Amino acid sequence: MTAKSLSLQDAAQDKAMSGSRSNPNSAFRRLLAIIRELLGNPSSGFGLVVITILVLTAIVAPLIAPYDPNVINLGNTLKPPSIEHWFGTDELGRDIMSRIIYGTRISLTIITIVSVIVGPIGLLVGTTAGYFGGWYDTIMMRITDIFLSFPSLILSLAFVAALGAGLENAIIAIGLTTWPPIARLARAETLTFRGADYISASRMQGASALRIIIKSIMPMCLPSVLVRITLSMATVILTAAGLGFLGLGAQPPLPEWGAMIATGRRYMLDNWWLVAFPGGAILLVSLAFNLLGDGLRDALDPKQR
Amino acid sequence: MNNERLTAFTRQTGTILATLLGLLILTFCIGRLMPVDPVRAIVGEEADQATYDAVAERIGANLPLYQQFFRYVNDLLHGDFGTSIRTGQPVINDILHVMPATIELATFAIIVGAGLGIPLGILAAVRRNRPIDHVIRFLTLIGHSMPIFWTGMIGLIIFYAALDLVGGGGRLSDYYIGLVPETTGFLLIDAILAGDWEVFRDAVNHLLLPASILGYSSMAYITRMTRSFMLDQLNQEYVITARVKGLSKGRTIWHHAFANIRVQLVTIVALAYGSLLEGAVLIETVFSWPGFGQYITNNMLIGDMNAVMTCVLLVGVIFIALNLLSDALYKIFDPRTR
Repeated sequence: MTAKSLSLQDAAQDKAMSGSRSNPNSAFRRLLAIIRELLGNPSSGFGLVVITILVLTAIVAPLIAPYDPNVINLGNTLKPPSIEHWFGTDELGRDIMSRIIYGTRISLTIITIVSVIVGPIGLLVGTTAGYFGGWYDTIMMRITDIFLSFPSLILSLAFVAALGAGLENAIIAIGLTTWPPIARLARAETLTFRGADYISASRMQGASALRIIIKSIMPMCLPSVLVRITLSMATVILTAAGLGFLGLGAQPPLPEWGAMIATGRRYMLDNWWLVAFPGGAILLVSLAFNLLGDGLRDALDPKQR
Repeated sequence: MNNERLTAFTRQTGTILATLLGLLILTFCIGRLMPVDPVRAIVGEEADQATYDAVAERIGANLPLYQQFFRYVNDLLHGDFGTSIRTGQPVINDILHVMPATIELATFAIIVGAGLGIPLGILAAVRRNRPIDHVIRFLTLIGHSMPIFWTGMIGLIIFYAALDLVGGGGRLSDYYIGLVPETTGFLLIDAILAGDWEVFRDAVNHLLLPASILGYSSMAYITRMTRSFMLDQLNQEYVITARVKGLSKGRTIWHHAFANIRVQLVTIVALAYGSLLEGAVLIETVFSWPGFGQYITNNMLIGDMNAVMTCVLLVGVIFIALNLLSDALYKIFDPRTR
């Protein structure tokens, strides 16, 4: 039992006993400490910086993009990288760099919505299965196993085929394939907390199962669930790009990176920049999430170092 | 003891059956969710209401859902996987026809992946935190993070368009297609059987790039796992004991540490082989490779329901089987789990 997990338990115990919210000041300080540790390590620091840049780019995209991403200029098609167009222009004369910059907004949307879908679903399924146990647990874990037994891209493909191609459906499909590992993790965590004294204490005080799960168990699972979501994000980015590339995700003319590569494919043998830069952007972001996820795991769980 | 085993066996069988049932429900739901009217797909747009109703009656499209599900399972149990709307052939024939191309690709890829991944993983573990370890970890990280379809295209731009070292898309150059009779469907084997070495060379030339790129992505996974298994072993006391006893470093690593991770490696390679199906979906599209991955994508794009359901079912069954196989391997080779 490390000092950190003891203090975590203390905090949860306080919460369970008094019902007061955790001190926002100390939570903020802990977040700062984690960020400092992440930045201290060159690889996770790199990941954090890239993701910060991604978020900032998405916010200020109209200010920094040199051109309108959708303006067609047929007099200026398939131009190689130059001073005016750093990443060249595509088959319709659109500036590729501006399209990649606007594409950050789509990537960020995908990441945000998928996290918002899978976090609560995974937490809910995992904590309830772990807390109640019995046949409910068996059924839930069987369902999780079926989802887990598929490679995520193929299952997402099947869902998109069923729901219809498009960005919204791709996001839903990715969400449907991303929750199972989170549910498994939340369940495993719940099993370790279930027998803890503070849970028994609040049960004896008459707290309902729902209250115990929401107030005492979920907050304890949250840190590891967040790490797991970060680790999944690299796969989410790659799956979304793959769906876009296959024509089942975001549809042109949306500047989604995978879809850009799909349209650039026809011209790629003579115009490498059409596919090289959007793909480089995908690689960079997924690399950043992998590095950040590894760093977060180390920072939050010193055992696995 | 015997009774215990029997219970364990029953439990295991029950679990497998439950998983299979869940899988069937999942594929059935996917099929029903698809925005395709199965009756319309058969009778065509211009059919009159009477024909429509007759076909609907015959395929059971107007039955309640649970009865449709029983019908579906019943058909599957009789080996009837439905007819592809696109080709008019039984889906299972189509799949058997495209499978060899994918197996050929995946087998080459896993040879690359395991052949490089296992030695690199061991090297990284033995030279932990040295420069070579950092280089290998960086390579595996890139392998995890790259969009494989993009790597395929960059490969084509560099090695096909610019350097002309390998063949382009497809399994053969145009002028070699149809020269060797299709006996097994595995082009390399067919070429050997026909004794046509020119076709064989051309086929290898086309296989090289997609298989290497697919292999790189599985190498990333295999290296990472090998490294962590090996580190686990190297940190244990028996390794120190062996060294203290005077065993050479190489002998300790190969005869002791490596011997202990062989089972884990077999399961990892088996799982990696299955996961290649996922990469194949994208790589086959990039390289116009007429295999299972392209078949599944094309049918999803046009909404060929029976084909999609069967492909998804097949992938699910393959993965369940692989997981069972790896469990079984553990039990056979690791006496502690018995």
